[in-house]
Amino acid sequence: MRRIKVAEKSKLWFTFSLILITISLGSLLIQGLNFGIDFIGGTIVTIELNTPFENADARAIVDKFDPGADVTYAGDAKTQVIVTTKKSLNTEERQALFAGFKDKYNLVDSNLISIDTVNPSIGKEMASNSIIAIVVAVLLMLVYITFRFEFLFGITAIIALIHDLIVVLGVYSLFQIQVNSPFIAAILTILGYSIMDTVVVFDRIRENRPKFGKHAYTDLVDTSVTQTMARSINTSLTTLIAITSLYIFGVPAIKDFALPLIVGITIGTYSSIFNASALWFAIKDYQFKKHEKAIAK
Amino acid sequence: MTNEGEERVDKQKVNKKSVIQLILVIVLIFTAGYVLFIGITVGVYDIGKIGNSMKYGLDLTGGVNVVLEASGTAEDPVTSEKIDSSILTIRQRIDSIGVTEPTITKQGNNRIRVSIPSVSDQEEALNLIGKTAQLEFLGPDDTVILTGKDVVDSKGVMQNDSSGVQKAVVTLKFSEEGTKLFAAATEKYQGQIIKIKLDNDIISSPTVNVVITTGEAVIEGMANIDEAGNLASLIRGGALPVKLDPVEIRTIGPTLGQNSLNESIYAGIIGISLVLLFMLVMYRGLGFIADLALLIYIMIVLSIMAALNVTLTLPGIAGIILTVGMAVDANVIIFSRIQEESRSGKSLLTAIDVGFSRAFGTILDSNVTTLIAGFVLFFLGSGSVQGFAVTLILGILVSMFTAVVITKRLVKILVKTGLFNSNAFYGL
Repeated sequence: MRRIKVAEKSKLWFTFSLILITISLGSLLIQGLNFGIDFIGGTIVTIELNTPFENADARAIVDKFDPGADVTYAGDAKTQVIVTTKKSLNTEERQALFAGFKDKYNLVDSNLISIDTVNPSIGKEMASNSIIAIVVAVLLMLVYITFRFEFLFGITAIIALIHDLIVVLGVYSLFQIQVNSPFIAAILTILGYSIMDTVVVFDRIRENRPKFGKHAYTDLVDTSVTQTMARSINTSLTTLIAITSLYIFGVPAIKDFALPLIVGITIGTYSSIFNASALWFAIKDYQFKKHEKAIAK
Repeated sequence: MTNEGEERVDKQKVNKKSVIQLILVIVLIFTAGYVLFIGITVGVYDIGKIGNSMKYGLDLTGGVNVVLEASGTAEDPVTSEKIDSSILTIRQRIDSIGVTEPTITKQGNNRIRVSIPSVSDQEEALNLIGKTAQLEFLGPDDTVILTGKDVVDSKGVMQNDSSGVQKAVVTLKFSEEGTKLFAAATEKYQGQIIKIKLDNDIISSPTVNVVITTGEAVIEGMANIDEAGNLASLIRGGALPVKLDPVEIRTIGPTLGQNSLNESIYAGIIGISLVLLFMLVMYRGLGFIADLALLIYIMIVLSIMAALNVTLTLPGIAGIILTVGMAVDANVIIFSRIQEESRSGKSLLTAIDVGFSRAFGTILDSNVTTLIAGFVLFFLGSGSVQGFAVTLILGILVSMFTAVVITKRLVKILVKTGLFNSNAFYGL
């Protein structure tokens, strides 16, 4: 079987990842993320109008409450109106908004499909809780890998994770896809999934270590990656198949979950194969060469 | 087992016992699947049909989900007791409109989460939950005569007014203490106006014509019997001890919920079918076994969810589909291992044994890291995120069992049948 040159060409993979990270961070700095109501607060009201509608008619009703609101349509026949406001409407305002549409389009109460209102205070809490959750999860994983393998495996796996995280955030920033609470759950799942990929590769490196010369890191890493490559790709493919069907055939609420998972699993698989072990190799190799030099002196 | 022994196993003729075992297993899986998903009727009992015993989340049934935040003042701080008594009051109010099983939980120190499934009128439910319902009778000089606490009963009824027209009113029956207070007040303010105030709104301002000593009064000016009934139940339920403001509201109409469920099941079936197909193509015989194990996995996960009353939500469905991918992952690790061992010259049965035992450590380590993410999500997340975490955790645990224990038994049965002896059949 042809060997995959992960360690041998590590500089190439690092350069590629560096480009991805630069683009991601650049976009995050310039455009930032497009936060949805879960984070910044606001109201989303969806109403079935039973008929396609003129945007101007809907605007006339909506502008009374928030001229900055977004008005979009949904439904198979585009008969549903979705009103998204940045300020969270109170009960009276919401009822008045619905009453406006009710009068204009002769609706009944059950035409009110859904209401989502989040206070900005909740959103802030949500954002800080999410960051805590991610940090806690990453630290626990580091502890587990250090316990089961070694610290260097742990730290390189975590660096690969942070790489995945930045790139997923970058994709969301670049395309200005809205970020809501399912995104956080998806991010944590990606962390778990991507580290699972990395662990499988490291597991093989650990197992193969006695078979190779003490410092034959290039051979050790490349052989181990090659041996686990089929597995890495196949399992990511099965998961991607399942999640992509959810994305294509699912409802909007489920798409919010599926999309970041698709992006994250793809990038996670790449970094597990090409980054984590290459990074481990680079550090080991560096330590070894430093050691050699010290002896030479 | 010696190498010679294994050679014999590999080359032996069809082993009837194993063939029967294999057929039994397949029949059992499909029977269980039929009972679980379609259901059978034995006499008067309906057995199975897991869809009926599953508890669905609000996003799938439609309903109202509100997080209320209590705000206190320096003199009147929010206490744990006040939150608890607010929860009781809210429960009474919701019960009074007769909807099914609301879930009311305390969140943190000063929040209450209220979930009401299958409620038809979303705004009405919201109104009912959050109203402080501070009822006050005020004299002309704005002194408080009595409050909602002095009311022992209240009903919304139709009553003929003085000109004989049927009108919706709210009846009030005062406590003994309240009766005395009211009698004294009606005597004092005869011919003057008494104001009835609910949460800072004057809802009625009747003129006192006679001294009322019966301890009964009515509030007029109701738009219809529904409004009267709601107000009566608010008064009966009593005022909330703290001011509660909704900080998060999510309501979903019943049709949207049902559509979401149907479409997600449809999407899930497509996703799972594609995964089954993928495994069959990539790993042939072994893939077939992995597929059987996967079907068992799905049935076990859904049964456990129904048995433990875990609420199935949209994110939960996503979680199940995701763990399907992960369950297959364990099998892929094992099969890749078996392929490797087989390439290094081991016989099929040995390769299978070695493959399983070597792969187990890897599977354990890789699953524990995902479990960590699952538990963090469960303990630090809220609402829908928790629903996802539960299925993720459950899925990982069950998939480790089915992918390792069940697959191993099935693969061995398949090999022992001796029906398929070419390595190609096993994707080797």
